[in-house]
Amino acid sequence: MSQDQALAEFLLRMGDNTLILGHRTSEWCGHGPALEEDIALANTALDLIGQTQMWLGLAAEVQGQGKTADDLAFLRDAWEFRNLLLVEMPNGDFGQTLMRQFLFDAWHVLQLRALTSSSDARVAAIAAKAVKEATYHLDRSAETVIGLGDGTEESHARMQAALYYLYPYVGEMFLSDAVDAALVEAGIAPDPASLRAEFDATLARVLGEATLTLPAARRARGGGRDGKMHTEHLGHLLTTMQWMQRAYPGATW
Amino acid sequence: MYAQMVKSTGKGVMSRADMSPEDAAFQDRIDAGEKIEPKDWMPEGYRKTLIRQIGQHAHSEIVGQLPEGNWITRAPTLERKAILLAKVQDEAGHGLYLYGAAETLGISRDEMTRMLLDGRMKYSSIFNYPTLTWADMGAVGWLVDGAAIMNQVPLQRTSFGPYSRAMIRICKEESFHQRQGFDIMMKMAKGTPQQKAMAQDALNRFWFPSLMMFGPSDKDSVHSAQSMAWRIKMNTNDELRQKFVDQTVPQADYLGLRVPDENLKWNADKGGYDFSEPDWEEFFEVLKGNGPCNVDRLAARNAAWDNGAWVRDGLMAHAEKKRARKTAAE
Repeated sequence: MSQDQALAEFLLRMGDNTLILGHRTSEWCGHGPALEEDIALANTALDLIGQTQMWLGLAAEVQGQGKTADDLAFLRDAWEFRNLLLVEMPNGDFGQTLMRQFLFDAWHVLQLRALTSSSDARVAAIAAKAVKEATYHLDRSAETVIGLGDGTEESHARMQAALYYLYPYVGEMFLSDAVDAALVEAGIAPDPASLRAEFDATLARVLGEATLTLPAARRARGGGRDGKMHTEHLGHLLTTMQWMQRAYPGATW
Repeated sequence: MYAQMVKSTGKGVMSRADMSPEDAAFQDRIDAGEKIEPKDWMPEGYRKTLIRQIGQHAHSEIVGQLPEGNWITRAPTLERKAILLAKVQDEAGHGLYLYGAAETLGISRDEMTRMLLDGRMKYSSIFNYPTLTWADMGAVGWLVDGAAIMNQVPLQRTSFGPYSRAMIRICKEESFHQRQGFDIMMKMAKGTPQQKAMAQDALNRFWFPSLMMFGPSDKDSVHSAQSMAWRIKMNTNDELRQKFVDQTVPQADYLGLRVPDENLKWNADKGGYDFSEPDWEEFFEVLKGNGPCNVDRLAARNAAWDNGAWVRDGLMAHAEKKRARKTAAE
């Protein structure tokens, strides 16, 4: 694998995470539990879609096949997606959506922070912009997880169930493969495993305040970031998201 | 305009002879162009009419998220998705400003929400029409926001301070919404034959419902007359409808689209277009709850409210615990 191939793969991983999570979050629009939450969810989705434009734009540039960010978002099939399984999991109730957001944000901030000192200036520039947004997302999702975990009996039970459901998808964030090895070697991105300790510390702090219990470790589900085995949920998401581009090929919008 | 058929006192404009000294002093302030602030004395009718009008406007912003939200997950490009998300988010924000303005009149947002959910308060008829293709995102921005702006621009000068200030902020964003709608229409109208057909179909379906947004002629309405005397309504419905048609027809021509009205004709004498009235029977049916989407729209808002109850309760309970812990520590 050449360094450019590894870089392109890495950029798809970053961009697909924000694309798929942004899409999921946008599914809430107009259906949130309070007006303020509706606005905050839309705002998060908007930030994530903006980051997607940057990551996938750069991915297309590095691939050098004349594609655009839109081509990558709307014209790849499920097995070509490189997002973490976590972000394609369904919204469920508001608690599950916010727990998913928190678990992602806690990793995303660490990843972006490390990327601000990437040896690739383009990667560092995108990370520098995105890390500000992600830090705000983490503040908000952590605060909500704490509020709902340490809220009523019902909200506590729902948050605990959400954590139990999503926790098996956390491990994938810290797996590494040949792509990661090449990027670490080139000083472009951190070794995923190196982020685990700080991630666990964030989880311990927030879940502690939320009075939630970390589930016993179960086998980590992988297959998203290397595209080997996505969940059944991704295909349905793509069916909706890609429908216009698939139905009217070549049209401009 | 997102408020239609807002009832006032129902008695027509109060004559000077019937006014109490407070009423007369109040009317003098309005006539002098002064702003009325929440703590100022105001007639009960003024307060109630404003709650109905601002509340209906706020509810329209909230329900109005649904027809556009319907296309966010299917937006054809990343940029279109981002723009549409931003727009729908703005609308939720407008709802917030407006509920805030209404709250200064002594009613809570939760109370207004309950009245929306059980049908006691209305929202604009336009949001009971479905959005069936991507071109509808263009038509909603171009026509629906365009019609809303017609009324909201003069309302920036309305007599009630908080409403006027909310309207000033809203108008800045609405003109951006209208431009993005027109931009979508332009892309579609100059695109493939299928896109052009979608654009024409959207105009066909949204033209008359957009004209209905101004409400039926109110030149003889006692409610409107009092509201205009109080400067919480600035123009008659017919004036605004005419202005909207005169502005929009040349834009449709520019797009190469046909306005679906056989009677549409330039009238040089009046310096405006002659056009057909919308089907007012349909309008009243929609207001009664019998439009194409009334049931679904209210069901969606009720589901959001009901499914969100545990979240609101949970966050409240947490805030309460935090306060209690803080007090215990002191």
